[in-house]
Amino acid sequence: MTLDLVIQQLVNGLIVGSFYALIALGYSMVFGVIKLLNFAHGDIYMNGAFVGLVVFSFVGIWVGNGWLGVVCALLVSMLAVGLLGVVIERFAYRPMRNAPRLSILITALGASMVLNGTALALTGGKHYAFNTDLGFAGVDISTVHITYTQMVLVAASISLMAGMQAFVSRTMYGKAMRAVSIDMGASRLMGIDVDRVIALTFFMGSALAAGGGVMAGAYYGSVHFFMGFIMGLKAFTAAVIGGIGSVPGAMLGGLLLGLLEAFGSSLPFVGSEWRDVFVFGTLILFLVFKPTGILGRSVVERV
Amino acid sequence: MTEARILPAAAQPRLMRWSVVLPALAAVACALVLPQFANAYVTEVATTALLYVVLCLGLNIVVGYAGLLDLGYAAFFAVGAYTSGILTAEFGLNFWLTIPVAMAAACVAGIIIGAPTLRLRSDYLAIVTLGFGEIVRIIARNLDITGGASGLIGIERPEIFGFKLMQVQHFYYAFLVLALLTAFVCLSVERSRMGRAWFYVRYDEDAAAGIGINRVSAKLQAYMMGAVIASVAGCLYAAKMTAISPESFTFNQSLLILLGVVLGGMGRIPGVVLGAILVALLPEVLRGAGTYRPLVTAVALLAIMLFRPNGLWPDKRV
Repeated sequence: MTLDLVIQQLVNGLIVGSFYALIALGYSMVFGVIKLLNFAHGDIYMNGAFVGLVVFSFVGIWVGNGWLGVVCALLVSMLAVGLLGVVIERFAYRPMRNAPRLSILITALGASMVLNGTALALTGGKHYAFNTDLGFAGVDISTVHITYTQMVLVAASISLMAGMQAFVSRTMYGKAMRAVSIDMGASRLMGIDVDRVIALTFFMGSALAAGGGVMAGAYYGSVHFFMGFIMGLKAFTAAVIGGIGSVPGAMLGGLLLGLLEAFGSSLPFVGSEWRDVFVFGTLILFLVFKPTGILGRSVVERV
Repeated sequence: MTEARILPAAAQPRLMRWSVVLPALAAVACALVLPQFANAYVTEVATTALLYVVLCLGLNIVVGYAGLLDLGYAAFFAVGAYTSGILTAEFGLNFWLTIPVAMAAACVAGIIIGAPTLRLRSDYLAIVTLGFGEIVRIIARNLDITGGASGLIGIERPEIFGFKLMQVQHFYYAFLVLALLTAFVCLSVERSRMGRAWFYVRYDEDAAAGIGINRVSAKLQAYMMGAVIASVAGCLYAAKMTAISPESFTFNQSLLILLGVVLGGMGRIPGVVLGAILVALLPEVLRGAGTYRPLVTAVALLAIMLFRPNGLWPDKRV
C-alpha cells in the first residue's frame, strides 16, 4: 500500500465515516432515551435525502446549483424530516410505549417499511440525480486531490455533532434528556415533561440523519429509495462500536467504521464486493468481545 | 391489557378437544382433495401458501414462542435451498440425502449468529439477523459455487420409490406433507419441557432464570429449531423450482414471513397458518398494484401492531 493510497483511503474513510457518525448519533440518542432500536432511522436518512433533493431542485431555479442551494436544502430537509420523526414517534411509538418489547420492535419495523414503501411508490424505484455544481477546486497532497467540498463536508458533520454534544451536555433540555435516559419514571416525578423530551430527541436525531442524507446525496450525486437500508445497518454497527447510548461514542464509532471500511476494502482478500460482509463481521466480533463498545461503560454521560 | 399474553403451560387446555380437532381434520381433508378440483394456477398458489405455512410455523417458534425478533429468516431458507441445490446439481447427490446436510448447515449458521447475540438484549438479535440475511445474499451472489448473481440451475427433481416428483400437484402434496409434519413438530414442542421454557423466557426472562431455566440455551434452541425448519423448506423449494437465485431470498422475503406470523396471531398454530395463507395470497390480490405493493404490506403490518396486536385470530384463552 503506497502512501498515496493511504491518504486517499483516509479521505474516503473520513467522509463515509462522518455520514455513519451522523446517523449513528440519532440511533444512539433514541436508544438511550426510550431503549428502542429505531429501525426507521435508516429510512429517515433516505427521506432526508429526497426532501433535500426536492428543495434543491426548487431553490435551484433562483440560486443555481451551487453552495447556497445545498445549504437551503440541508436546512429545510433537517427541519421537515425532524418533524417527521416527531410525527412517527407520536403516532407509532408513543401508543406502544408500555407494550411488550417484541411488539415495539415490530412496530418500529412497520414504521420503517411504511417510509420505505412510500418512497418506492412515489419514486417508482428510480435513481434520481442530485446534480450539484460545487467545483473541483482543492488541495493536492502528493498525488491525492482533496476538494474543498470534501473538507467542508467533514467539517460540517463534525460541527453538527459538536453542536449536539454541547446541547446534550450544557443545556437544560440536554440535562432533561440525560435524566430521562437514566430513569423515565423518576424524571416524570421530578417535573420533567417526558413526552416533550422524547419528541425533542426524535426531532434532533431525525434532523441529523436528514442532514447526513442531504450531504450524502449531494456528494454521491444520486438518491434512491433503498439507500437507507444498508446505511441504517452500518450506522447501527457504528453505534455499537462506539458504545450505544453515548454521544461521543457514536461519533468515534462512525469515523472508525468509515476508516475500517475504506482500508478493509483495499485489502487484497476483501475487495469492494465483500465490504459489507467485512463490516458485518466487525459487528459480530464487537458483540462477542465488547458488547458495550469502546466508550460504552466508561462514559458516565449517557443519552 | 397487561404485558402477558401467553399463559404458562399449566393454564392451557388439554391437547385433544373435539372443538379443536374436528375443524383441523376438516381443513386437512379439504387440503387433501383440493388439487382434484382446482386448476393448475390455483394449485400453484396453494403450493406457495403451503410453503409459507411451513416457513411461518418455523419462524413462529422463534418469534411467537421464544419472543425473539428474527429479521433474516429467509437466510436459513437460502442456506437450505443452496446446500441442497449445490449438492444435487454439482455433486450429483441424492435429494433426500441433502436434507440432513442442509439441516446441519442451518444449525451451524444458527450457532454462529445466535450464540454471540442471544446473550445480549433481544433488540441486538433483530438487527444482527437483518445483517445476516443480507450477508447470506451477498455471499450467494459473489461465490462461484452458488452460481453468482444469475443463480444455480439444473437442480435435480427428487425421486421417491422410483416415482419422480414433476408436476405441480406432486409438489403440492410434498409441501402438504412437510406442512403437516411441521405443524406436528410445533404442536408437540409447544407442550414439551422445552416449549414451556420458551414461554417462561418470553413471559418474564428474569423469573425464568430464577426458576433455573438457562435462558441463553433456551433461546438458542428456539432459534436453531426455526433455522432447521426453514432449511428443510428450502431444500424442497429448490427441488420444486430447479433454479434458485440470490434474489429469491431478499429482506422482503423475511418480512413477508414475519408478516404471516404477526398477521394471524403470534404463538398460535391456527393463527399462523391463517396468516401464512393470507401472505401467499397477497401478491395475487395486489397483482395490479405495482410499486405500491410494499406500501400496502407495510401499512398492514403497522395497522395490525397498533390496532390488533394479538393478530386477526387471537388466542381466546388469554
